[in-house]
Amino acid sequence: MKSLKFLSTTIIAAVFLFACGGNEQSNNKAEADKQTTEKQEDKMPESIKMGKGVGEFTEVEVSDPLNKEWVERGQAIYDMKCSACHKLTDQRVVGPGFQGVTNRRKPEWIMNMITNVDVMLAEDPTAQKLLEECMTRMPNQNIKPDDARKILEFFRNNDVEKAGKKDEAINS
Amino acid sequence: MKTHYLNYVAGLSLIFLMASCGNQGSETSQVLGGSAAEQAYVAPGEYDEFYAFMSGGYSGQITAYGLPSGRLLKEIPVFSKYPENGYGYSEETKAMFNTSYGEVPWDDSHHIELSQKDGEFDGRWLFVNGNNTPRIARVDLKTFETVEILEIPDVAGLHCAPFITENSEYLVSGTRFSVPIPQKDVPIDTYKKNFKGLINYVSVDPEHGHMELAFQIEMPGFNYDLARNGKGKSHGWSFLTTYNSEQEHSLLEVNASQKDKDLMAVINWKKAEQYMKEGKFTERQTSYFHNLMNEETSIVESEEKTLTKILDPKNCPDMVYFIPVPKSPHGCDVDPTGEYIVGNGKLSADMSVYSFDKIMKAIEEKNFDGNFDGIPIINYEAALDGIVKKPGLGPLHTEFDGRGNAYTTFFISSEVVKWDVESKEILDRQPTFYSPGHLVIPGGETKKPDGKYLVAMNKITKDRYLPTGPELAHSAQLFDISGDKMKLILDFPTKGEPHYAQAISADKIQPNSVKFYDIEQNKHPHATLGESKTRVERDGDEVHVYMTAIRSHLAPDNIEGFKVGDKVYFHLTNLEQDWDVPHGFAIQGATNAELLVMPGQTRTLLWEPKKPGVFAFYCTDFCSALHQEMSGYARVSPKGSDVPIKWGLNEKLRENEQAAHDFYEKAKQNANIGK
Repeated sequence: MKSLKFLSTTIIAAVFLFACGGNEQSNNKAEADKQTTEKQEDKMPESIKMGKGVGEFTEVEVSDPLNKEWVERGQAIYDMKCSACHKLTDQRVVGPGFQGVTNRRKPEWIMNMITNVDVMLAEDPTAQKLLEECMTRMPNQNIKPDDARKILEFFRNNDVEKAGKKDEAINS
Repeated sequence: MKTHYLNYVAGLSLIFLMASCGNQGSETSQVLGGSAAEQAYVAPGEYDEFYAFMSGGYSGQITAYGLPSGRLLKEIPVFSKYPENGYGYSEETKAMFNTSYGEVPWDDSHHIELSQKDGEFDGRWLFVNGNNTPRIARVDLKTFETVEILEIPDVAGLHCAPFITENSEYLVSGTRFSVPIPQKDVPIDTYKKNFKGLINYVSVDPEHGHMELAFQIEMPGFNYDLARNGKGKSHGWSFLTTYNSEQEHSLLEVNASQKDKDLMAVINWKKAEQYMKEGKFTERQTSYFHNLMNEETSIVESEEKTLTKILDPKNCPDMVYFIPVPKSPHGCDVDPTGEYIVGNGKLSADMSVYSFDKIMKAIEEKNFDGNFDGIPIINYEAALDGIVKKPGLGPLHTEFDGRGNAYTTFFISSEVVKWDVESKEILDRQPTFYSPGHLVIPGGETKKPDGKYLVAMNKITKDRYLPTGPELAHSAQLFDISGDKMKLILDFPTKGEPHYAQAISADKIQPNSVKFYDIEQNKHPHATLGESKTRVERDGDEVHVYMTAIRSHLAPDNIEGFKVGDKVYFHLTNLEQDWDVPHGFAIQGATNAELLVMPGQTRTLLWEPKKPGVFAFYCTDFCSALHQEMSGYARVSPKGSDVPIKWGLNEKLRENEQAAHDFYEKAKQNANIGK
């Protein structure tokens, strides 16, 4: 059964190859790819194009000074659920280091990645690129929306300490 | 047996011949044809309608199957240690096997009982008996884990267990073998003088399900075999079949089958409750163990109990009666209305159906035929509603469909027979393959059966499946009972001896199923809540490794400073908070077992290194593309050497001890900020 299937696939592929000219085919293919990419971009949710990712967070307000209680709660969750894979420096371990994350990613993207990781990995090109680099799917750590905001606050604090600036991605 | 087997082979050959001759319209070809398969088919990605929980007999476990597909969903370890997840091997679960005989890591599990509310299954807990070392276990259906085991003292072969009352007030059980009470060294032929039987009432806490031995009733030395509790109008009463009213102790099938009838015990447990309140019990010193998993730490705590409370029917009038029942009865089943009680005589051709109203009337009118040891024997004819005449050979167990029909398995004639409870008329019979014990209809013992399917559990499986040497899997057969005639639609192999099962609508369990343990609620004393808290601590010869697992590494992954003769405790916390991502842990040379740790849970493996060297450990449960990287080394030095404890996670740290400590000290400080 298996070998039959293989055989028929081979024949179909061979027929297909013979039927098409070399250069013409690859040109057509490039054109088709371009069209597909454009089409995909058309279909891409507005929030992804805006760099906010996809998930329940569409508008997140950040303000100064930092909320100290949130920073502490954020750190406690980081210690328990995140620190096994992410360091607070720019060193990548399993996942990327967190230093400067608020300068790279908008608050909405960060919070969507934390709370909606499976969908983000399926739909968001930035998340997908990170998966290609890290080769491990980020686990869903079941973090509640309120707690995601507190982790963001902790990241903002970490960026002030480690990178000297925070929230740079908001206006980019 | 052999003749039956040959008959079936001949019958089957005939069926095949008929089918191949294109006799499509016949009932037999339909049974074997596509329409039956479609009825049992559950498409990929779709869910079954029912959970069926089957006892694993001599495996000591429970298996959960989906109906109608017959797909095995899970094996739940209960009375036997389980290599798949370290149950009974991990330090947290070892105590589940404590008994008054010491650790007993095996048993024979027989009867499944689901918890009930108002006479219907509520999907909260599952109970099952351990037959050999008398015990009752409770499984939490949110997690499908065994969370409690209670030993029952002074009984033997706790076959008659654990039958539940309609609001889960009590689990009723009876001793299968009577024994001297208290145990003593006496000649076995003093059976009649020295041997007694106990009927036990275990209360179930309505909120947490915790079990407690409420009281025991001291009964004549018979063999107590099966029970059911009343429902509706008969709520408050228990019915238990007994055999060996001859009180013999050898060759029971001959010596204890002299009389045409045995006795069924009829117990008014509400009256017993009243006597307990009035203090009419005696206390006796004994020993039995109660093992309970702490919900916060998920560690089993074991306690020896030394006192039991006994009620003696002689001092408690109107509490216990007997009623004659056909020879060597097995089942005694109460119909959904609570009015009819079916007494099956295994060695009798007839089945007696009693009326609860008539039993009450006979008791009221003192219509007794003498007594046994002071316990009144109710007049058989006065309590009898009717007899099902010659339904088959060897009736065992009956369940109901909620439409006025009863279904009984016949062990000797290998069939299931459908009959009308009111008229006692036989409506249908279907062969089984072969020798069925119990059968189950979802909700079939409750007030509201879901009479769509019936599963017969067969003892003998010859020729049903591809052979596997002398031992064959047992067979369960699924019948569609929604029409007038039963229709065989599937058979599937089962584990151990599936002695009895209960089945429940999936929607009573599925929505409550726990997907992971909330790590913020993990109160295990050796939990490591975050990788920054991982560490190795030495205390004399004891070394505690506080390790975490997440896709895709174990931390720490390299440890030095172990010595031959150490007792090393690996406390592994799974940091995942995602469904279906357990992590495993195995270390070379461990003579105990391996662990499987659920997301958010902590489990401990004891490892006692025997020789110097470097030993690998790794995660056994595939979890991600980088699964193979979940590994590490443990260095063991000779006894008395002074290699310091050292642990780390990446190359830089591995190079020098100081860097490792600095890293973790810093991480610890960071962790403390958040506290």
